[in-house]
Formats: sequence, C-alpha cells, structure tokens
Amino acid sequence: MTKNLGLINSIKPRIKEIRLSLYLLGRNRLTRLSLVVVILLILIALVAPYIVPYPEHIETETNPEDKLLLPSGDYFFGTDELGRDVFSRVLYGTRISLQTALVAVGLALLIGIPLGAIAGATGGIVDEIIMRITDIFLSFPPLLLAIAIAAFLGPSLENAMLAIAVSWWPWYTRLIRGQAVSIRERQFVKAARAIGTPPMKIVFGHIVPNCIAPVIVQASMDIGGVILTIASLSFLGLGAQPPTPEWGLMVSTSRNYFLNAWWYSIFPGLAIFVTVLVFNLLGDGLREILDPKTRKI
Amino acid sequence: MFGVVLIAFVLTRVIPSDPAAQWVGQRATSEQIEAASIELGLDKPLYVQLGKYLADLFKGDLGRSLRSHQPVSAELKAYLPATVELVLVSTIVAIFLGIPLGVVSAKRKDQLVDHVSRFFSVGAVSLPTFWVGMFLQLIFYRWLELLPLGDQLSMGIKLTCEIPHITGFLIFDSLITGDLVVFKDALAHIILPGITVALYPIGLVARMTRSALLEILDEDYIRAARSYGLPERMVLWSYAIKNSLGPTATVVTLSIGYTLVNTFLVEAIFSWPGIGSYISSAVISLDYPAIMGVTIFSACAYVVLNLIADVIIALDPRVRV
Amino acid sequence: MSGYFEVKNLKVDFKTFEGQKNVLDIDSLALDKGETFGIVGESGAGKTVLALTILLLLSAPPAVIRSGSINLDGENLLQKTEKEMQKIRGRNISMIFQDPMSTLNPVFTVGEQIIRVFKNNKRITRKDAQKEALRMIETVKLPDAANIMAKYPHELSGGQRQRIVIAIALSCGSEFLIADEPTRNLDVTIQAGILKLVAELQKELGVTVLFIANNLGLVSAICSRVAILHEGRIVETGKVKEVLKDPRHPYTLTLLNAIPRDKGEKVNLDNIVFKDSENANEKGCRYYYRCPEKKDLCRDTEPVCRLIAGTHTVACHMAFKGGEAGGKQHTEG
Repeated sequence: MTKNLGLINSIKPRIKEIRLSLYLLGRNRLTRLSLVVVILLILIALVAPYIVPYPEHIETETNPEDKLLLPSGDYFFGTDELGRDVFSRVLYGTRISLQTALVAVGLALLIGIPLGAIAGATGGIVDEIIMRITDIFLSFPPLLLAIAIAAFLGPSLENAMLAIAVSWWPWYTRLIRGQAVSIRERQFVKAARAIGTPPMKIVFGHIVPNCIAPVIVQASMDIGGVILTIASLSFLGLGAQPPTPEWGLMVSTSRNYFLNAWWYSIFPGLAIFVTVLVFNLLGDGLREILDPKTRKI
Repeated sequence: MFGVVLIAFVLTRVIPSDPAAQWVGQRATSEQIEAASIELGLDKPLYVQLGKYLADLFKGDLGRSLRSHQPVSAELKAYLPATVELVLVSTIVAIFLGIPLGVVSAKRKDQLVDHVSRFFSVGAVSLPTFWVGMFLQLIFYRWLELLPLGDQLSMGIKLTCEIPHITGFLIFDSLITGDLVVFKDALAHIILPGITVALYPIGLVARMTRSALLEILDEDYIRAARSYGLPERMVLWSYAIKNSLGPTATVVTLSIGYTLVNTFLVEAIFSWPGIGSYISSAVISLDYPAIMGVTIFSACAYVVLNLIADVIIALDPRVRV
Repeated sequence: MSGYFEVKNLKVDFKTFEGQKNVLDIDSLALDKGETFGIVGESGAGKTVLALTILLLLSAPPAVIRSGSINLDGENLLQKTEKEMQKIRGRNISMIFQDPMSTLNPVFTVGEQIIRVFKNNKRITRKDAQKEALRMIETVKLPDAANIMAKYPHELSGGQRQRIVIAIALSCGSEFLIADEPTRNLDVTIQAGILKLVAELQKELGVTVLFIANNLGLVSAICSRVAILHEGRIVETGKVKEVLKDPRHPYTLTLLNAIPRDKGEKVNLDNIVFKDSENANEKGCRYYYRCPEKKDLCRDTEPVCRLIAGTHTVACHMAFKGGEAGGKQHTEG
C-alpha cells in the first residue's frame, strides 16, 4: 500500500511535467508546424520509392531527348542534364538525407556515450585522457575536421557519414560526462558499488540510463545540422557519388547548367533548406520547452 | 595544439594511398616512385616521419605540395589574404546586423518582430551556403545583370590596371592608394560572396544574443534600472548589452570558425582566390600536405580566436577578481 | 481619508498553464504624505508583487492586472503609457530592492550607476552628478566615498551594497519611496543600522515610505501604520500600536508569536502551520487551512475588512465574536 503510494507520488510530478510540455508545445505555433512538417518528411522518406512518378529516374536510367526541360505537368520540377525527373530525385533524396543523418548521429552517439559515461563514472586518469582527446577534437573548427577526414577516407557517402560521426562525438562525450559526474555521487550508484557490481555494469546499467535523456534531445536537435553537413560534403565531392540522388550532389552537378536551367539547382537546394529549417525550428522549440530556464509560462 | 597536428598527421598516414606516386605524377615508373619515396622520407618509420614533420612545423615549414612542389606555407600565404578579407567583411556585417537583430528580438519577445527575426535567424543557419551563392549569382548576374559572377576583380581590370599590394586585402589596398576604379570593381565583386558567407553568422549571433539577453532582461538589476527611471534606451543598449558581452564574444568566435570553413564552399562557387579554392583543388587531387597545411592553419586560427574570446570574457569585472 | 497615495480594488493574476491564479487582491490601501507605512507578510504573500505593480514593472506575461486603480497625487498610474510611466519612475516613485547583490549591475562601478541616475533624473552635467553621487554616498553613511565609487558591486560587503542600493534609490529624488525588505539578507546588527538610516532619511527628506517586511518587529520600529498581507489580501490594518496591542486576525498572531519578546522566553512554535500550496482555499477565507479557529463559515464565505476600533480593521469572521479569537492567546502568551 505504502509502496504504491510512493510510486504514484514519484510519477505525479512527471505527469505534470509532460502535461506542461504538451501545453507549451500546443501554444507555440511555429514549433507545432515544424513538428508536422518533420513527420511529413519522415513519411515521404519511408514511402518515397513507391510514390515518385518516375522511379526509374532515381539512379541510372536516362532519356537524353528530355534533358533540361522546364518544370511542367509531366515533370513538376523539370528535368536534369540526363533527362531525369528532378521531382522524383528530390523526393527520393529525402530518404537518403534522413537516413544518412540518422546513421551519422547514431554512430556519433555510439562513440560518444560510452566514452563520456566511462570518463564521468571513473574519473581520475582515464577521465583526464578521454577529455584531453575530446578537447583536441573540439579545437578544430566545426565542419573542417569532417572535410579533412572525408578527404582522407576517400569520397563516398559511407565515408562522409563516418567523417561526421568522428568529428561529432566529442560534443556528446562532453555532455554525458557532465551528467555522469553528478550521478556518480548519487546513492543508488554507491549502493551498487557497495554490493560489488562490476564497474562496467555500473556504467551501462546505472549511469548511462540515467543521463541519456538530454543527450538524446541534443542529438535530435543536431539532425538538421548533420543534414546540412552531409549536403556540404557531397557538394564538395566528398560525399555521395553519382548517380545517387543526394541533394548536395544534385546542386553540385547542376553548377554547370544552373545559369540556364535554374530549376535544376533551385529545387534540391530548397529541399535541403526546408528540411534543415524545420528540424532546426523543432529543435529550437524543444529546447525552449524543455529547458527550465526558458520555460516561462 | 600538438594533438591537432597529431590527428592530422595520423590521418594522412593511415590512409591507403601513395603520396610518392602523387609526387612524381601519373606516368611514373616504379623506380621513380621509389626514389620519390626516399626523397620524401616515406621509407623511414612513422615516428621518424612525425618527428621530422613536427620539427619542420616549428620552423614554419608545412612541407611541399604534391602537385606544384612548392612549399605549402608559401602557397597559403598567397591565398590567405583573400579569405581573410571575406571572413572579416562578413564577420563585421554579422556583428552589426546580428546583435541588433537579437536585441530587438529579445526586447519584443513573442511579438511579430520577434517571430520574424527568429524565423530569419533560424532560416539563415539552415541555408546551404553553396546553394545561396548560386542562387544569388542566378539573380544578380544572370537575371538582373547587376553584379559580376565571381573572382576578386574583373578580367579587364586585372589586365589594364596596376593592382595595389600593401596589406594584401584588395579593398583596403585600393582604398588607401586611392585607386577608385579597382576599389569599385573589388567592392562589386565582394558583395555576393560577402552576403553569402555572412548569412550564417548573422543568424548565429542573432540567436545567441537573443537568448543571452532574454536571461539578462529578467534580472533584478534591469528591473531596478527601470525603477530609477532610466530611459529604456540606456537600460537596453548599455546596462543589458554590457552584461551579455561574454556570451556574445563566445558566439562571435564560434561563428568566425564556422565562417572560415563556410568560406571554403563559397570560394569554390565564386572562384574567389582564397585558401578555400586552394583546399578544394587539393581535395580533388589528394594533395595531402596541402590539406594538412590548411587544416592545421585553420585549427591554429581557431585556437587563437578562442583565446581572444577568453580575453574578452576576462574583461568582465566579475571574472577579474 | 483621501490619501496622497491610494490603491483601490487592485486585482493581479498570474497566468499559468493550469489557469489563472489570483496573487493580489487589495480593496483599499492609503498612505498620507510623509508617513512610513509598513506592509508585513510571509514570503509569497504578494509583497513584492505589490511593489512592482505600483511601478508597473511586473513582467507580463505571466502577470495580468485585472482591475483597480493606483493613485499617486491624484493620478492613476495604471492608466499611464509606458513612456509616461518611465518619467514617473525615479522622478516620483523609486524603490529600494530587496536583494542588493542582484539589484546592482555587476559590470558597472557603483559610482557610475549612481552618476547615471543623477544625470538622468536631474539633467545635470557629469561633473555635477559626480559631486552629487559622492555626497549621496556620504549621506548613506559610507566612509571613504571616493574609493567606494570606483568599486564594482561584488567588491563590496552586503551592508555596503545595501547602502548603495538605498543611495541610488534616493538619488532619484522622488517623494515616494518603496522599500522592499531592505534588510532581508543582512545580519542583525547591520539590519538595525539600515533601519535607523531609513528612518533618519525619511525624517530628513520628508519622503513617504512604503516599507515592506516579513517581520512585524522591524515595522514596529519605524512605521506609524501597518497592513498585514496574507495570500495577496490585507487581513488586518491599523496604527502599529493598535495592531500590536490587540491583534485580531489569527495570522497576525502567528506573526507576532514568532518574534521572541521577553528575555528567556521560548518562541511558541505550536501554532505555526506552514503554507501548503496544495490545499489553498479558493472560496472562503484564505487562511482557512492553517487557522486554529476555523469554522464552517470560514470555508465558504470570504471575510471582508471591517472596522474594529479607531483605524483598526480586520478581515476575519471570528474577530467579532467577543474579540476573543485573537486577543486571548496573545495575552496568555
């Protein structure tokens, strides 16, 4: 009975928290709108292969007689230099961008979380070494390291993802270390240590689950930036390779034609912009809602 | 700093490719490659190579480019001023547009001005820089025929006029030598890349200024200042702004870091003769010493910038004690 | 009495996501020119909200002023535009804030902050302002004024800071001064010094002071009249003597009992019931859940302020049943 009561009491503030967040979300029109668009984009990414008007144009097929056509009823966004439907390719690009961004952020988390948790939980020399390495990575200007790594790994979409992950993880390490340090001193961790739980089990069984929330939030906010970075790398020729319908690559190839065929470069660029914008708006809104400092009623 | 060099060095050496082959060119015989390999010291163990690279680095020697066989440091020097010019112009624009935008936004929180400016600043950091550059070219060069497509000067002017060379910053040089023709031409050429590069830092600075100010405007001393009847102008632009100096300095530094790298993309589009164009071509031909040189240089610049930001923050009397 | 300063029917709400919550509901409050009037209540009673409402400095949202009027010298402040209000602030009303650390701008020297206020409100040159500032620092009994002028707030002690805050408020040269718990974060000896200072300055300059405190003892030392604020309502008001001698509201009694009066006497803590935000009585008396004298009537009907004797008014149903509700315990204790 008392046990139940304790449970209810511990859940109660959480429910209030969630209700408050939902309320704030409902009030912020821009955030709400961007949430809708993000969901829409995810849907498009999921079903893209089945709904595009010219699925055969996505990769290889060409029809030279239809090249560089203005947007029309047949080709909503016009055609490119190989006569492929830009609309189909842009739509399919959603899938590629979201996918690569998710993988890149996921990889960065995979490196960053364990390192940060171990550094924060163990402290001492291990902490010192890990954080020094993190500092080194953070002393590169953003994007530069990704460019350099991608250049050295050789151009491909997979390498671009890897490059982003390698240049991105220190942020998460730093974030999670701060959390872990404060959790290390908490009673339940001490208790686990006292009963002889192995250190690795403490780190991943007790510490990580308790400090992962803010990192996940941060990671989801970073998606927009990662999409932009991938597009930039592809534009430099360091990411996706033809004939992949990646937005940055499409803008890059369109450079040779864009003064006469504006639609070819406008639409993929617009797609990048809109996607990154809604992710950033959503991230901004989420930050405002979840940060106790800014959550003014 | 040592770590930066180490990472860059390890990166270049673990990559399965043969710099020696690059050095001598495509149609080299295996003996030639062998000889080049010895000349470049590639036959020695890795730590010896690293030691030599570091020793050279201390002397300001970044090695030789695999393409031109010229010292990387000399090439960097030649390309640098154009990039610095672009970064400087856009950073100044970002400070003078971004900060007021953030202030106004914070002042009129949740009003129309705030929404518009927030949308603008989030939009500015969401725009793919390279695409904006092309878009602007399309409008101002192709459609309106107002501004030139790229480069730092028009071909005609390059051939007919004597180009002043004092600081290396073209706009500055032509202005102090009173060379108005060159100055006007240079100005027309920097507008589009300048705007393109500036967009991101404007958005970044505006966003950070807004959130820093929002916190400060809620402080007691702001309320107190108002209660003493001080004009709103003074409360906002003096009392509040001076308190937000720390975060603003940090974000300006950060934004210069971003700008530096963004310039690489923009330079490629506007054929701007800076280190961005240099690294782009180096990337294509896998010119490792050149890539490393640019990377190390940029990282150094970034570290120095961070130091400057720390100094500015230390000017705050609260920290000084 | 038609006062120099008058608050009528003022209702202030805070909007939260769970709905509007009333934080201030004052039927009437009047001050005569030149008097020192005390407002006493526990933290959260709405004292600071009242002060900020008078200056129209409440952040809105979340605050909403629903109705009422605040008259100063016959002018309703609530009808002023922000621009007009900016002129009234400082020139006609100024305020001593409660936390001197956060009230002083950390990145300007205290001298600079006083000088700016002088320059702005008196329209004098910087040089004159500097002289005035020096004199003002001497007025608040700080030695070595020139040296203090050049210091940053964090380089001063708590008592010094509080004196500076008072100096700045006085520099405005207004005739109406709101002092919001000016002694809150100070230890007892410094507290006494600040109190003495406020009292002296009040006499010297002839300003009207609205003195806000959480402690009846402080108020009795320098005020002529007092109002007890509880949950945004005035529950008892009158001359300080009347209220102290014959407290009628059980809440006033709690406040009084919390002060040790005689040497060696133990404070009676039994009757102190803490505020419980979960159990707020919205319909009837706000004090219902904590009141030792509560009756059913109190739960459902809100008591109104009624005159007891002289200028002494109380908002309590039980205060009239022979006067025993309050007085009894007090005389015993």
